[in-house]
Amino acid sequence: MFTSERNAIVIAIGAAALAACASLPSAPGKPPALGTAVSAEEIARFDISIPPSGAGLPAGSGTVKQGAQVYAAKCLACHGEKGAGKPADALVGGIGSLATPKPVRTVGSYWPYATTLFDYTRRAMPITNPLSLTDDEVYAVSAYVLFLNGIIGEDAVMNAQTLPRVKMPNRDGFISDWPPRKL
Amino acid sequence: MKSRKGDASPMPQASRGRRDFLTQGAALVTGAASVGIAAGASAQGLAGQPWERVYGAGFTGYGQPSRFEQPVMRHIGRPYGDLAPGTGASLAPIETLEGIITPSGLHNIRSHSGTPDIDPKEHQLLLHGLVARPLKFSVEALSSYPMTTRIYFLECSGNSNRALAPQPAQVPAGAIHGNMACSEWTGVPLRVLLQEAGLRPEAKWLLAEGADSAHMSRSIPVEKALDDALIALYQNGERLRPEQGYPVRLLLPGWEGNMSVKWLRRLKATEEPTHTKDETSKYTDLQPGGRALQFTFEMGVKSVITKPSSTMKLPRSGTYEITGLAWSGAGRIRRVEVSTNGGATWNDAALTGEERPKALVRFRFPWEWSGKEAVLQSRATDEKGQVQPARKAWLAQYSPGNIYHNNSIASWSVGADGSVKNVYV
Repeated sequence: MFTSERNAIVIAIGAAALAACASLPSAPGKPPALGTAVSAEEIARFDISIPPSGAGLPAGSGTVKQGAQVYAAKCLACHGEKGAGKPADALVGGIGSLATPKPVRTVGSYWPYATTLFDYTRRAMPITNPLSLTDDEVYAVSAYVLFLNGIIGEDAVMNAQTLPRVKMPNRDGFISDWPPRKL
Repeated sequence: MKSRKGDASPMPQASRGRRDFLTQGAALVTGAASVGIAAGASAQGLAGQPWERVYGAGFTGYGQPSRFEQPVMRHIGRPYGDLAPGTGASLAPIETLEGIITPSGLHNIRSHSGTPDIDPKEHQLLLHGLVARPLKFSVEALSSYPMTTRIYFLECSGNSNRALAPQPAQVPAGAIHGNMACSEWTGVPLRVLLQEAGLRPEAKWLLAEGADSAHMSRSIPVEKALDDALIALYQNGERLRPEQGYPVRLLLPGWEGNMSVKWLRRLKATEEPTHTKDETSKYTDLQPGGRALQFTFEMGVKSVITKPSSTMKLPRSGTYEITGLAWSGAGRIRRVEVSTNGGATWNDAALTGEERPKALVRFRFPWEWSGKEAVLQSRATDEKGQVQPARKAWLAQYSPGNIYHNNSIASWSVGADGSVKNVYV
């Protein structure tokens, strides 16, 4: 038997074993394999998720001062003066409140990673017109919100290098429950 | 036909006109003799409601509930009001429903930026990251795979957070505990697509992302993706409703509903979780010391009495059926007990649907109400031996600010006047 044939059989057995132990078995028969190849350029237009490492952060940068202008134009109406909130969520405050009977969870007090601020702002904000901000604007408004929380200085510049290095106050505030704790 | 003009019909004029038209039509087909018999029967005073004396409505392409069932509606919560009318939740009116399948139009909804109006011809699912072959799938392509059908519940991890308000809300059971529903789902096991793309061994997570305007995203452990995750295309026999992720959603049986990403447009295999907004700032469970549990995926064992329940009134003492729903993200429901005295004593209820893992189970318990005050509770146990916790025990695990994963026992009091109220026990 040729090696490639043997490998194909081993892979097939492996896949069958995987399916056999799964709690949702596949339908009988060989699936049709109808996925089509996709180019790196097309993937790049969709791939907007930014993990804590900062992998995938785009080029560009923004300052606190620039962010204040973006905020005033596109965020203030919902998130209030200086991120105080109302009608939408507060973005500022609550640091030190998490262990009290009235915890206040904001970007400053609760969010563990600054990269999530960039990710979420770019994918979902402003709520009436998401995907409309430029990368520079997202960096800038992220810088402004981090500054309002006292996490970065007034002269800080946010870009693909600096943003992942921002240490959020509640960085160590989470306990992963996956894999699940033993009962 | 002329002789019928003067009969003493109890019907309103508009109906008579229609009847005359119809009977004339019938006469064309069957002859005047049969019309004469029908007219005579009415005159003899035989029983028959007005709707028995007119021809019924014609066919419709898509059926609707009776107009007399119009009050059966979801309970809508919009925390941001008109600012973001599609942000919030719409809860299933479980207090009015029976059986275990939630009608698709009454399935609970949790949406972050409204319901997108997706053209299935333009939608695609991208699968990339740590795979040998990045692939995209059209909805037509996904629809051509061999299908798998299962019944599963879906529960928002914020369900029953209204039961954490300082005072018990006097609202229907569904407005508190209805961020949960159960459907028959049909689609392609996610494992099939991952095998096609060649998932690499270093891939431990999948970032799942929706095509709504929030691009709602969550990190999914590969173990779940390979076990029972479903790429769902159909719900209760028809294509997914837009509010449920049309044309394609992720379905993670037994896990918090937020992870079953609707309007699924992208899956990216990664080594580490992405720590999206909805798995850090939201859907994390704050504990008393100020630290939060993250990635608490499985929904706990839970039950709720749907009838009698809050805001209902028992009209008289006598025999009632106490009924409700039970479910567990860990698998099958093994037992549901009912107490009518605030937990002093418990009795086993009869179960329907307990053979299905991660699906709703209907429980029933016959109860003789003497007319005295009572407190009704239900307590579920699953096949892993996990028992639904008492309210106080559940509360002790978390910060007062936690709003997720409340699976504690719900209590309804019955007053001497028969009024049923939400109470904290």
